[in-house]
Amino acid sequence: MDTSVKKQTGDVVLDVRNLKTYFGTGDKAVHAVDDISFKIMRGKTLCIVGESGSGKSVTARSILQIVDPPGKIVSGEVIYYGKDPAGQDLAKLNDRGKEIRSIRGHEISMIFQEPMTSLSPIHTIGNQICEAILLHQNVDKEEARNRAIELLRRVEIPNPGVAIDKYTFEYSGGMRQRAMIAMALACNPKILIADEPTTALDVTTQAEILALIKELQESYGMAVLFITHDMGVVAEIADEIGVMRNGQMVEFGTAEQIFYEAKNPYTLELIDSVRKLENSARAVRKNTATERKIMEIRNVSKIYPARSTFMGKTNPPFKALDNVSLDVYEGENLGIVGESGSGKTTLGNCVIRVLSCSGGEVLYRMGDGRIADLAKAGQHELRQVHREIRMVFQDPFASLNPRMTVGQIVGEPLLVGKTHTGAALRKRVEELLGMVGLPGEAAERYPHAFSGGQRQRIGIARALALNPRVIIADEATSALDVTLRSQVLDLLLDLQETMNLTFILVSHDIGVIRYFCDRVAVMYKGQIVEHGPAMKICSEPDHPYTKALISAVPGTHPRDKRIVNRHRYNAETEGVKMGGN
Amino acid sequence: MSAENKQKDDEQVVNMANLRGGIEYASQWTLMWRRFRKHKLAVVSMVVVILFYAVAVFSEFLAPMDPEAAASRKTQHPPQLFELHFFDEGKFAPYVPGYTKKLDMETSKISFTPDGSKVYLGLFVRGFEYKMFGFDALQSDLHLFGPKDKEGQVFLFGSDTMGRDVLSRVIYGARFTLSLGLIGVILSVVLGIILGGLAGYYGGWTDWVVMRVVEFILSLPSIPIWLAMAAALPKDWPPHYQYMAVTVIISLIGWTHLARVIRGRFLSMRSDVFVIAAKLDGCSEPRIIFRHMLPSLASHIIAQVTLSIPSMVLSETSLSFLGLGLQPPAISWGVLLKGAQKISVIAQAPWLFLPGLMVVIAVLALNFFGDGLRDAADPYSNH
Amino acid sequence: MLNYIFKRLLSAIPFVIMVSMTVFVLIQLPPGDYVDSWAAQQAQSGETPDPATLADMRHQFGLDRPMIVQYGSWIAGMVQGDFGRSFAKNAQVTELVGERIGLTLILSVASLMLTWMLALPIGIYSAVCRYSLGDYIFTLLGFVGLAIPHFLLALVMMYVGVKYFGHDVTGLMSAQYEGQPWTWAKWMDLCSHLWIPMIILGLGSTASLIRILRANLIDQLYMPYVVTARAKGLSEVKLLCKYPVRIALNPFVSTIGWILPNLISGAVIVSIVLNLNTVGPVLYEALMSQDIYLSGTILLVVCALTVVGTLLSDILLVILDPRIRFEQ
Repeated sequence: MDTSVKKQTGDVVLDVRNLKTYFGTGDKAVHAVDDISFKIMRGKTLCIVGESGSGKSVTARSILQIVDPPGKIVSGEVIYYGKDPAGQDLAKLNDRGKEIRSIRGHEISMIFQEPMTSLSPIHTIGNQICEAILLHQNVDKEEARNRAIELLRRVEIPNPGVAIDKYTFEYSGGMRQRAMIAMALACNPKILIADEPTTALDVTTQAEILALIKELQESYGMAVLFITHDMGVVAEIADEIGVMRNGQMVEFGTAEQIFYEAKNPYTLELIDSVRKLENSARAVRKNTATERKIMEIRNVSKIYPARSTFMGKTNPPFKALDNVSLDVYEGENLGIVGESGSGKTTLGNCVIRVLSCSGGEVLYRMGDGRIADLAKAGQHELRQVHREIRMVFQDPFASLNPRMTVGQIVGEPLLVGKTHTGAALRKRVEELLGMVGLPGEAAERYPHAFSGGQRQRIGIARALALNPRVIIADEATSALDVTLRSQVLDLLLDLQETMNLTFILVSHDIGVIRYFCDRVAVMYKGQIVEHGPAMKICSEPDHPYTKALISAVPGTHPRDKRIVNRHRYNAETEGVKMGGN
Repeated sequence: MSAENKQKDDEQVVNMANLRGGIEYASQWTLMWRRFRKHKLAVVSMVVVILFYAVAVFSEFLAPMDPEAAASRKTQHPPQLFELHFFDEGKFAPYVPGYTKKLDMETSKISFTPDGSKVYLGLFVRGFEYKMFGFDALQSDLHLFGPKDKEGQVFLFGSDTMGRDVLSRVIYGARFTLSLGLIGVILSVVLGIILGGLAGYYGGWTDWVVMRVVEFILSLPSIPIWLAMAAALPKDWPPHYQYMAVTVIISLIGWTHLARVIRGRFLSMRSDVFVIAAKLDGCSEPRIIFRHMLPSLASHIIAQVTLSIPSMVLSETSLSFLGLGLQPPAISWGVLLKGAQKISVIAQAPWLFLPGLMVVIAVLALNFFGDGLRDAADPYSNH
Repeated sequence: MLNYIFKRLLSAIPFVIMVSMTVFVLIQLPPGDYVDSWAAQQAQSGETPDPATLADMRHQFGLDRPMIVQYGSWIAGMVQGDFGRSFAKNAQVTELVGERIGLTLILSVASLMLTWMLALPIGIYSAVCRYSLGDYIFTLLGFVGLAIPHFLLALVMMYVGVKYFGHDVTGLMSAQYEGQPWTWAKWMDLCSHLWIPMIILGLGSTASLIRILRANLIDQLYMPYVVTARAKGLSEVKLLCKYPVRIALNPFVSTIGWILPNLISGAVIVSIVLNLNTVGPVLYEALMSQDIYLSGTILLVVCALTVVGTLLSDILLVILDPRIRFEQ
């Protein structure tokens, strides 16, 4: 769709017209970008949003002609209004030529999703930033280094004079992305292309990076092309939005237009699936939670002992879980939320004894009334417990054995549990597949025949096989596209009502927690900093860390810029010991 | 992120219209075969490998001449392969021209000149007597091809210094050399799977000890060590003793590489989510290993085994060549090459290199075949 | 850094001890001892030595002592620089093999250098111009190189030399320089003889190195950091050299660990075929006649050389790769 509002050409810095980028040739070519047109305005932010495979990244890369082979721009124009007021068509330039190289990193620069792999692991940060300066500016090494230090200071990296000589692996994730931004800013570009720059980051770090980009954009007067899959992020920073699907732009407009007056059903679906997660599902469903405790987690710790390395350094012992206590009630949905490294996944794994606990006890009231301490249970007892407590895993591709049919996968617990054999087994497997919305014929297929969302359903069917009482879902929806997320959560809620299940949902996603959970425990550096009813925690938390976490979550309303007004949490001033970077 | 085959689907509807036998129903072996087939060179190599092993199995039947029969008047007879005529006077009657040896008294050079006679060849002829695989019950004198006249002599690959047919000896040598490669690899695999699997599955100190031993053996230069071990073998042992001993010696070093590969796979697979899932499904340790882990490993192990045979073959040839491996009267390609050791001999009879050519072809074919298998071993990766 | 090198050196010590024990067990493995094989030789030439002489000899060589004692005195001597005597040659082992070890080392290191000099550019070319005609040719040559056993290649070279060039390729130096002091002319003579065994030895390792480098480099060529560098405006050649090649070089360096044992192994067999005066032929003879101190010393030195090679590659790798330096 073309821009409906006519803009004066003087404001346009990049004009993309009918761009087509295909992978391969002939009939088999994948039309990654299929006839796309849009304009980027000077000093404004354009967000291109879409799900995986929509072609948004390829669009961004086509501008600089850095699409991985066999991808190629087939036709279209990319007019850049830089030094030449008449415009220069970047799509016509030789992709290895001098001209396009003098644009790359100089006039238009780019930052990427994975700051760890997007920076060279064996060159120092300073080396990589200076390289960009030396390439495009006529300065000596000394001066380049000074500028690099200044840039690092500009992106708020502490102690830039020292940090410049460090390697990427010595930086934390957020710091790496800051360094990437510093590198991109090295030559005062007119346009910054940001390709999912915050997807790999925690939500609080994401908020910081978004705020930084916003602030730099204003002071440098750059235009920003921001590629993301996250409608929340879009709402926070976009001036204009393009929605992409299957290589085409289905809708284009200002942030206001897209969020409040969208016409395309796909855009509406995208926005709705995020907005849906802003409310609790319990509001419209019956509450299954009871007062009966099903599990008591008492002072559980998980400590990885100190290890001295070959280079003579000693890594201190690492407390992944530090005295965690928590109760789980029958029929409730308990959420465990935290950022990466908070210990939330470790807690889930310790409860089900994929990992052994270093201390504490996990008391579980079994179906027959016995109390089992999972932290110390022997092989035999554990096997019985594992029939009642099941797990749904994060990665639907890794968690299913590709060499077994779906029927074998789902039937495995029934077979080894000796509950069903032969025809009864087959019947039960079909029944289970039916429960998760898959046809019975699926049993004879192999996992590779199914998509991510379908595979996650297969994983759920496997978890249900033995009529469990508790299901631990470890980031069960985070590998899925946003439109699938609420579908899977709804499925779990439906199953809860019919099968009397208790869920422990481990997630980093506040939206998922808010939608799905009755109670929430917030984890930070191996400890539970706060726990209570989900609605309270997600709207008016008490602990400063939780406040920071909740306020860093992007909303879906471009009118209230949440991130600018977010609560910041500094562990040192709050009296929590920070780990090193 | 590129626009690869990221599935887009309508969640609710699974399209079941596909016919049975579609890719959805394909097991790992089917998928592997589909991928392997694309690798043309590997397919050709597979055929070559199969042919070579067929020769090794049916060597008695395929050899036209008795490999031990020394024709004292036909020593260093040149190859007749390119003089093979299929038609004689318009009729199908394959023959080779007969030669007579002449010794030039002055230069003491040997030369062979056609004497006008013809040695007619036929299919399924009666020749020297043999016992198939050494079984008395399988005694026969039927050969796929050979001179029609039982007393006739044909040297398609030439003859050696004692007048024995090189072709027949190469065919017999294939049995020793190729089977030794296979058995050596099997021994290595057994050792490698047991030790590598133990190390990879249990980790901890088992892993530490096994890996130190592996590193130790890998860092030793193999040939001098083999020499030292082979030198300890009594020279008067019967061939099948020597055969076993050489196999064991070669596998003693060969297992380390396999063990390392298998351990690495086990180690990474131990933390694979689907293995953890199997554990939580209530599977016992043996079931996890045999039902869930080994099927994934099997294809990799098969590929690795194929890739390991060549080094076994090369080791045997090298050892036997030095006179430290198999000893005559055993016939292996290495033993045959030992006969080509002296420059004075090969300058006169360069066809004695032919067993070496066979080694190279066999090793090449096994390598290409193994490479193709390895590329197809994980049909679930995209590349 | 120094700390690491020191620790790495320390860890090599138990390794060398293990090697020495293995070697000693190996050379003691054949049934009987040197005196037996000497007696057998004598018997062949018609004289049967009486048991008293044999017992005397055993006593004199110390062969009547228990194995552990023999091992102890061997090691004790070695620490003082005495590697024992050769029974057969009746001379100090050091005298017999000193120069030969040097030549073995020269041959192996020269082959290693050749291997690297060939494999590096070819590997880069093959990875960058994947599926080009050149790549196919090199891949094919590489496979053939891997498939030809060292000794066969040596034989073929010998044959080609004699048949087509009328030139004898055996030996490492011309006869007039044997046993002479190391003059310039002798060095030049060595170099003119060295290249044939160098090529024979290097071919197989070059082939496998090319394949390793090619595979590593192809992995690196599509890494996100390459895209980053390209987005910076770096030219393709500079980009290639600075990032992917530099990173793919690390596994390349660590290959010394296994290439050196391979080359030394190969050197032994090639030397026997081509009659080079490295340790190969002597080792063969010594093993055959159970001249244990001679064969033991050679085996030990040869193994120790590979230990040194691994050590060097480890240290080089730590210098090259900051990840190892910081994360280990």
